[in-house]
Amino acid sequence: MRKSRGVRRSRVEALFRYLLLSFVALTALVPAYIMFSGSFKSQGEFLNSPFGVPDAPSVAGYQSAWTDNFPNWLLNSFLIVAGAVVLTEILAALAAWGFARFPFQGRETVLGVMVSLMVVPPVVLLIPLFQLGVQFSLISTLRIVILIYVGLMLPFSIYMLTNYFKSIPESILESASIDGASSFRTFRSIVLPLSGAPLATLAVVNLLWAWNELLLALVFLQSNEKKTLMVGITGFQSRYSLDIPTVMAGMSIATLPLVIAYLFGQRFFIAGLTAGSTKGE
Amino acid sequence: MKLASSKTATADVTRRQRSAHSSKEALYWIGPAALVILLIFGYSVVSVLISSFRYDGDWVGLENFEIVITDPIFLTALKHNALLLLAVPVLIVLAFILAITLFETRRGMRFYRSAIFLPYILPIPVVAVVFGQIYQLNGALNISLRSIGLDSLAQDWLGDPDIALGTMSSVIIWKEVGFGVILMLAHIISLPNETYEAARIDGAGFWRTHLSITRPAILNTIVFYGVIEAITMVSWVFNYVYVMSNGLGGPGNATMVSELYIYRAAFQNKAPELAAAAAVLLFVATLILMIAFFRIQRRSIAGTFNK
Repeated sequence: MRKSRGVRRSRVEALFRYLLLSFVALTALVPAYIMFSGSFKSQGEFLNSPFGVPDAPSVAGYQSAWTDNFPNWLLNSFLIVAGAVVLTEILAALAAWGFARFPFQGRETVLGVMVSLMVVPPVVLLIPLFQLGVQFSLISTLRIVILIYVGLMLPFSIYMLTNYFKSIPESILESASIDGASSFRTFRSIVLPLSGAPLATLAVVNLLWAWNELLLALVFLQSNEKKTLMVGITGFQSRYSLDIPTVMAGMSIATLPLVIAYLFGQRFFIAGLTAGSTKGE
Repeated sequence: MKLASSKTATADVTRRQRSAHSSKEALYWIGPAALVILLIFGYSVVSVLISSFRYDGDWVGLENFEIVITDPIFLTALKHNALLLLAVPVLIVLAFILAITLFETRRGMRFYRSAIFLPYILPIPVVAVVFGQIYQLNGALNISLRSIGLDSLAQDWLGDPDIALGTMSSVIIWKEVGFGVILMLAHIISLPNETYEAARIDGAGFWRTHLSITRPAILNTIVFYGVIEAITMVSWVFNYVYVMSNGLGGPGNATMVSELYIYRAAFQNKAPELAAAAAVLLFVATLILMIAFFRIQRRSIAGTFNK
């Protein structure tokens, strides 16, 4: 009797759990669905039945989105993200190795200050960096955006890799130094090959951030053909306010690379985003 | 320093030499990254500080700050940032409930987790535009409210200045909650099995178990998430506001926030000195949060090195 009541209770509980999770999952997925299905609809159909499956799927939205500078924007986004992520990866790995392996006075404080920089609002840096950009005529160049992104991504990247490098067992490294390997060779031929997973994780987190960044790209990339995708599609809304399917098509193209990366590298996304909070326990 | 406790003088000397050698080597490794960080952060912070005290090249003391602080639009912006902070406890409670629910769920857990996490990876400009459509007067939300007979709940979600900020924060919550769920769930899963054994034997129910065992066990993750989200609300909401209000912070100034104020002062009103003063004030506010963050992180950084 007692037991069956317990079982019944847990069944009711399970039902509530699934109801809650299904409701939340639906809420999380519906906007993406509205965007993606909307990109194949006509303006009228989108307004009348935003939730319906497209009646007569059409790619007209994609055709009108894929004009002007859209391919340029996509390319710029790819170039900026690739450049910034690769550079950050290199600089952060070197610095993290320095922090992890070469103790010096005040190391914890220096690392601590560096890490806290990740919360400085980018808008604070905006004005001086813009003036600097004007001075060196770097406005509307991809270079300056890459440089700023690298600077902004470094604090977290160094922090995460330092944590990982610290966890590499001393014994592996010592055997290399007995063999007479220089510290750079040890780093290149032993440490880096061991660090595939954290480096991939870091790349994924930084890629996500750089791909989605709007404020800096908006300010620094002013000529139309130099814009990133995020800046470009932000202007879509007012330009195509009477043609929502085109807006949605542009949004879908901008989201697709991320969703693909997410589906294949979900493990790395999760590892990377939890790395800041669960270390050192 | 730990070195001070060395027993003999010679050991002390060799150690000091080695430490000097190792700090030199550390410099080579850290140098390149440090240069970039100094340029982007060091230069900018110093430079924005200086320009906040100047006008047209002249030193004007606190004048810029006086102008900014008495500007009703700036005060409105600050008030909105403070109101957005109210979303942080909501985020924490929601994320905690979803994390423990996912933890208790075996079948389908991965699917639900992926779905709940998806909003976090979507680009904010995209999210803001899509929600801008959903929240239209005749948009998807009002259509579905009307279809189930709740016409009275249908609102002009983004056009009514009384609720526009609330609407905005619902979008932020929608996007940010998945991050908290992932953080907390990862921590709960990593807890040793024995944690829950006593509770199971006692027959403690779902809520008792998680409120009295899980909550204290993952407290530092909860605090970490809270701090990150507080920082988000104070200094990372530009993207949402800029896109959803077409760069204006409207209707009226109903969704004006301090980042947008700074952006507009610098690039639309051509008053970089006022923007600099406002930026300094925002920086100080973030600094307070940063100190909290630094304390939490330092504990874990110290833990990293003492392992």
